[in-house]
Amino acid sequence: MTSADSSAVVLEIRDLSCRIGERWILRDINLEVRAGEAVVLLGRSGCGKTTLLKCVNGLIEPAGGEIRFQGKSDAEWDPIRLRRQMGYVIQEGGLFPHWTVSANVGLVPKLENWEPAAIEERVRLLLDMVGLPPAEFGPRYPRQLSGGQKQRVGIARALAADPPLLLLDEPFAALDPITRLELQKQFLSLRSTVGKAALFVTHDVREALMLATRIVLLKDGVIEVIAEPAHFLAARTEEARAFLAGLDEDWRRQNESAPGQ
Amino acid sequence: MNQRLASEIVSLSLEHLWLVLIAVGIAALLTVPAAIALTRRAGLRRWMLGFANVVQTIPSLALFGFLLPLPFIGGIGQHTAIIALCLYALLPILRNTLVGILGVDAAVRESAVAMGMTRNQVLWHVELPLAVPAILAGLRIATVATIGTATIAAAIGAGGLGVFIFRGIATVDTTTILAGAVPAAVMALAADEGLEWIEKRLSRA
Repeated sequence: MTSADSSAVVLEIRDLSCRIGERWILRDINLEVRAGEAVVLLGRSGCGKTTLLKCVNGLIEPAGGEIRFQGKSDAEWDPIRLRRQMGYVIQEGGLFPHWTVSANVGLVPKLENWEPAAIEERVRLLLDMVGLPPAEFGPRYPRQLSGGQKQRVGIARALAADPPLLLLDEPFAALDPITRLELQKQFLSLRSTVGKAALFVTHDVREALMLATRIVLLKDGVIEVIAEPAHFLAARTEEARAFLAGLDEDWRRQNESAPGQ
Repeated sequence: MNQRLASEIVSLSLEHLWLVLIAVGIAALLTVPAAIALTRRAGLRRWMLGFANVVQTIPSLALFGFLLPLPFIGGIGQHTAIIALCLYALLPILRNTLVGILGVDAAVRESAVAMGMTRNQVLWHVELPLAVPAILAGLRIATVATIGTATIAAAIGAGGLGVFIFRGIATVDTTTILAGAVPAAVMALAADEGLEWIEKRLSRA
């Protein structure tokens, strides 16, 4: 990751609003995501964080505003091409049950008509990267994997075509605490090696503090706080304090003395 | 068992099987694509399922009777029987195809779309392969039911094993009735087992 990359704006959201029927899900969202950043959208269920992710991906059409991805506005992007430039990971994994792990990981490269040999090479590399030995796991089917392994495959699949932006919708929420911690650590180390921009949805404030370079707190479809984790700990809005109240005291002491870890 | 009876059982069984295969085949060719189209149209889907449901409630003898006087599709013979059998096969195939496609895990469909698959790619590479076991189950139900219903086709001169049954009833001869009923039952069981075997093999792959 060069310094020029880290300043490049990958995603720019301007005055975005979204509604379903009469209900406003998102209002006046303004947000920039730069290369190498991990922006975590934090909020309660129903705050609009997943909707925001789906707007970015073109799965939901916004009611107003603009989303610029790699300098091109959402109106100019063909939604299919746009989606292939963004890795997407969801809570349940969403792996194709009738495809092997290798085929799942190679999905976007295949859609993009890569050479079979290149796909195979890429799949091997990615499975290695997420800690699943390709020879052992490549031929398996998703039903033969544990929850944590499925999510690893999901992340490998999202990275397959080397997209500049990753969208992750509560990818670790359904995992047991130990596996979750393992995957969170893996996510951190992957981020330091691949250096992609990530937009990460969670309702878990610890996860946000651990993984984010910036935390975006959403409440009722509006951004309430945007702050780096160290500053987020000091945020004084009611919603931020409600989230922070859930942290254990000792965890907090540990992290206040070493902000940004 | 005399030679004549044995050879008649074989020829009527083949005729019966032929009726069933044609009827289920036509029903499948029409219904599976229709069901695929209907997965995207909730309103029309309700109407079509309603229609197939209503057809199912018509007693088979009555349906054969209704079709008889109709111009072009009616009349004595096999084609009228095939149309009626097709109509009965509609519901299980339609319903199972719909259930199979609409029942694909929402997370799987969502990630397929989110990863940049086109609508057709989602249909051909995700929805249909995952719906295959359900579609085959529908074909199986339709086939087994049609083997039974087809015995009544003899009433309108379509032949098949029903010929024995109606002849046996008319002459109050149990042996003749059984000469039609037993092969029909064996055929139904064999079809059930055979199609179940195929279903299992395909869903394991």
